[in-house]
Amino acid sequence: MVNIKIDGRKISVAAGTTIMEAAQKAGIDIPHLCYLKDINEIGACRVCLVEIAGMDKLVTACNTKVEEGQEIFTNSPKVRMTRKINVELILSDLVCKCVQCVKSGNCTLQKIANDLGIISLHYENTAEKNRWDFELPLIKESSKCVKCMRCVQICDKVQGLNVWDINGSGYRTNVGVSKNKSLTAADCALCGQCITHCPVGALRARDDRDIMSRVLADPGKITMVQIAPAVRTAWADEIGMPKAEATTGKLVSALRRIGFDYIFDTTYSADLTIMEEGSEFIERFTHKEDYSWPMFTSCCPGWVRFVKTQYPEFVKNLSTAKSPQQMFGAMSKTFIANKLGVDPDKIFSVSIMPCMSKKYEHNVEEVNDAGHGKDVDLVLTTRELARMIRADYIKPSDLKEEDFDDIFGEGSGAGVIFGATGGVMEAALRSAYFLVTGENPEPDSFKSVRGLDGWKEATFDIKGLQVKVAVASGLGNTRKLLESIKAGKVHYDFVEIMACPGGCVGGGGQPTKDGKEFAGVRGEALYGLDKFSNLRFSHENSAVQLTYEEYLGEPNSHRAHELLHTDIENWSINMNKENM
Amino acid sequence: MDRLFMKSKDRAEFTVEGLYKDLERRVVSSPAGQCPVDMAAAFLRMCHAQSCGKCIPCRVGLGQLQIMLDRILAIDGNEDLSILDDLKRTAEAIRVSSDCAIGTEAAAMILRGMEGFRSDYESHILNHSCDDTVINKRQAVPCRGGCPAGVDVPGYVALVRSGRYDDAVKLIRKDNPFPTVCALICEHPCEEKCRRNIIDTPVNIRAIKRFAVDNCSKEVETPARMDSTGKKVAVIGGGPSGLSAAYFLSIMGHDVTVFEKRAQLGGMLRYGIPKYRLPRERLQWDIDAIAAAGVEFRTDYDISSDEAIKEIKDNYDAVYISIGSHNHKNLGIPGEFAKGVIPAVEMLRSIGDDAMPNFKGKSVAVIGGGNVAMDVARTARRLGASQVSIVYRRRRDDMTALPDEINGAIAEGCELFQLKAPSEIIVDKSGHVKGLYVQPQIASEADRSGRPRPVDADQPREKIPCDIVISAIGQATDIEFFEKYGIPVYRGTIKAEKNSVVDKVQGIYAGGDCVTGPSTVINAIAAGKVAAANIDSYLGYNHEISVDVEIPDPVVEDKPSRGRIELKERYAAERGGDFEAVELPMTREESLAECSRCLRCDVCGFGSFRGGRIEKW
Repeated sequence: MVNIKIDGRKISVAAGTTIMEAAQKAGIDIPHLCYLKDINEIGACRVCLVEIAGMDKLVTACNTKVEEGQEIFTNSPKVRMTRKINVELILSDLVCKCVQCVKSGNCTLQKIANDLGIISLHYENTAEKNRWDFELPLIKESSKCVKCMRCVQICDKVQGLNVWDINGSGYRTNVGVSKNKSLTAADCALCGQCITHCPVGALRARDDRDIMSRVLADPGKITMVQIAPAVRTAWADEIGMPKAEATTGKLVSALRRIGFDYIFDTTYSADLTIMEEGSEFIERFTHKEDYSWPMFTSCCPGWVRFVKTQYPEFVKNLSTAKSPQQMFGAMSKTFIANKLGVDPDKIFSVSIMPCMSKKYEHNVEEVNDAGHGKDVDLVLTTRELARMIRADYIKPSDLKEEDFDDIFGEGSGAGVIFGATGGVMEAALRSAYFLVTGENPEPDSFKSVRGLDGWKEATFDIKGLQVKVAVASGLGNTRKLLESIKAGKVHYDFVEIMACPGGCVGGGGQPTKDGKEFAGVRGEALYGLDKFSNLRFSHENSAVQLTYEEYLGEPNSHRAHELLHTDIENWSINMNKENM
Repeated sequence: MDRLFMKSKDRAEFTVEGLYKDLERRVVSSPAGQCPVDMAAAFLRMCHAQSCGKCIPCRVGLGQLQIMLDRILAIDGNEDLSILDDLKRTAEAIRVSSDCAIGTEAAAMILRGMEGFRSDYESHILNHSCDDTVINKRQAVPCRGGCPAGVDVPGYVALVRSGRYDDAVKLIRKDNPFPTVCALICEHPCEEKCRRNIIDTPVNIRAIKRFAVDNCSKEVETPARMDSTGKKVAVIGGGPSGLSAAYFLSIMGHDVTVFEKRAQLGGMLRYGIPKYRLPRERLQWDIDAIAAAGVEFRTDYDISSDEAIKEIKDNYDAVYISIGSHNHKNLGIPGEFAKGVIPAVEMLRSIGDDAMPNFKGKSVAVIGGGNVAMDVARTARRLGASQVSIVYRRRRDDMTALPDEINGAIAEGCELFQLKAPSEIIVDKSGHVKGLYVQPQIASEADRSGRPRPVDADQPREKIPCDIVISAIGQATDIEFFEKYGIPVYRGTIKAEKNSVVDKVQGIYAGGDCVTGPSTVINAIAAGKVAAANIDSYLGYNHEISVDVEIPDPVVEDKPSRGRIELKERYAAERGGDFEAVELPMTREESLAECSRCLRCDVCGFGSFRGGRIEKW
């Protein structure tokens, strides 16, 4: 143990503890901007400065380890003056238009500047000019970038794609796409982890609410919205609603208040996905020699973009089943329109997703098969949904428990857990068991694939059939897994991959809070919904059953193939809307 | 896939490294009188370019400092003095919060400047122009500006190029009556800021001067004495400073008497500098010319008696004190009074009068790191010492001796012990030196001189066996006698103003080592020149020293990069055993090549407009 004194408080901490952590233990907050535990401890912003007695220079608390006998001051006159000047310098290098920034109210820099009481600046503004195609799903506003390097580090260390880099030097130092490429040429998975870890509003997903508003105002359009499983765990984070009260029913209520005509649940199409993908797996598993192994899930477009650019040799291993978003889209303008008795050409199909890459996916030519415009016309993120609720001044207290519209609001617990890492695998195994054996397994039989480990594996016995599965989340973990498969070190039958750590609950379209990772608790919430659900198997979803009975026939039928499967090898990874 | 590759430089790296070197030389050649704020702004811009950009204070802060400096410097600026507070606050924040030296030292540089030339900052804000003191320091001709005596360097370089060696000597004597001495041993501050640095390396000015004195007539006429004034001036001390003052005062028509305590004239030139560097006959040539100018000499004349002082007081209208610094300083360690411990000044003094000590087969330890230490070490070698160790408490890089002197000593077989502080002289039963204990040192933080302070290292002391210890740790001035007569002293030296006036004592002037402490010959000569001018004024005259030599026009030619020609030396093994001159003269071919390197700043650039030549003083 190391004995130190911080602001007069004596404290003993383990050797190797940073001053920041020691101060936190002593109940002292040290403001910080660039620091991101374990990912970005580079002391770039120089905001977490502290003074060590006897030293002339100040040190950064985030990456300086305590030493025996140190006396540390977090608010000495020198610290106060210097910290404030450094924050002023940061502000001088930015366009600070807080009132028109998506991050306002949730911005780390805004809070620090407000806390320090900075109300005027002596310095000339030297902000960069924005040079970006604002039509792309991922938007970087350099004029707001504090060059904290978090995006660079997340992409390098967690996602392993090295999309961002520090360019230039001296005054011209900036963060941009590495090797001076344009984003469209950078192999970006569009996972959005850079966005969710940006402390300010420099990185964001394209905001498409204006399109939504226009359509809602158009009496000739029928708006049909689907809500992804992960959205229900996070939608209320930014509207001031306690988590315990933020039920799915109230989310439905909010959407109805906004004015959507039909409110359905992506969980329905997640169950549909299980039927298709589970059947596909059994087909492949029983004709092993005809296929490349392992079979990979394909519902995450971030993962699809990754595998197409980084490991094209594995693309043929991907399940041909579309993602739940696209299955819903395809059904919305066919079977669902038919059931509702509405003209599919009038339907405007909207998805609310925890994901930015979905804004790319719905534009891919090969996923648009229903023949009435795009299968999914518009993708909004959870954050855009929260903004819509706020913009309508919908009070959380006014929201009541309301049901989805009949009948495509029905979803199983198995479909719900799609939003958490391992969930697709678990749901697929539950139904595969049934499809192979004709009987249901104990629903929690496959729960060993749950949890936040980046690379999990398990072997399950389905009546004598040994199925070896793996689950990975985060693209850095994914790369390790694929390399091991390539090297012949590991062998699996079925592998689930999610681009974002922890799965869709930690997705790039989800609300954030700086310094907090929510994938764990949100995943738990989904498993809770599954646990208390009356319906825990996709194949028992009555809407799914009806869909097959009345329309598709059976999983992997000809029509199912036309509408619910896709040729991923032909997907373009171009993220430009107009090039789709 | 290959994972590692050898590092190699590409063309851009080679080129930029070349540019760095070009810039270094340009910085070295910066003459006085340039706008320090503008320079600080330029340096800052370079510092900012070095920033990797990771941290806020360096990436953004240095840019804001730059903006503020530009606003301060703008001739259409509209700032008030409060911008200096912003500048300082911001620089201080950058200094204490930068992650590495790139930001910290850049900001520290600005802060140092704000203290060091604050008046210039204020002048830019208030007057949109540099401070007068800066403007007044402007030097049209860097070499002449760098020479304490203001010798017309481009003038004599042009004369040497034209083969007019006598005229070159005459031109030098206008400001400095020791052309030969300076040709051989001057520390040549004129070369430091030579504009030729910007192209490649400074002109070898001393070597060109040497070519002039090596090739001039046997006698070069001194100027005729001006009409006698009947005024009498006493010069106390016949070293370079006293003789310079005497020379000019005599030409001005005053009757000058030099009182010299020793048997011969020259002061430290004879009693301090070994003849392998300054052969006696070469020194004598300059002294003979001074005598020819009408100066009277009284050698073996000690003025430290009441009668002598009375005589001077009664008979002379003005006095110039230039007694030098000939006393040694004590080592202050046990055993320093043992037999075999010799102060360097005493040893060199006796050699000056040709009394050579015998060091044959002896092991000699020299303590010190200045030019005197090198002189005695190399002399000891010539006197037959079998082993010469130079013991210095700091690092070689911190030595005050000229690099050439250090290299010369090492080449001649002296051994250098750096970072060893003498702690005790070991004495045998008969009271004679038998060795030296030294305490190993470690370089620590920089002291006021900018050199790292040596502190005791955590190592046991070491023993250097030796028979002779020569202490060369500096000299002191014999001030006691003058102090008694009311001459003000300060920190062991005589207190005189920049105009050589000794405060509060009518008609008394002082200069050279006895005022400045041990310094260079050209500084002593300059002090003599200053004293001569001001004594002349004091005596009620305004005699002007000039010379009737026409300077050749510059040759119209390109000035591409061209190597500097260095003087060669005799082989170390050959020269180390005798007292003959070490340095060899230039050939005519070499002198022409070297003269052609001179950029003639006297007639180009600012020199063609103003201040290119000072005809008289």
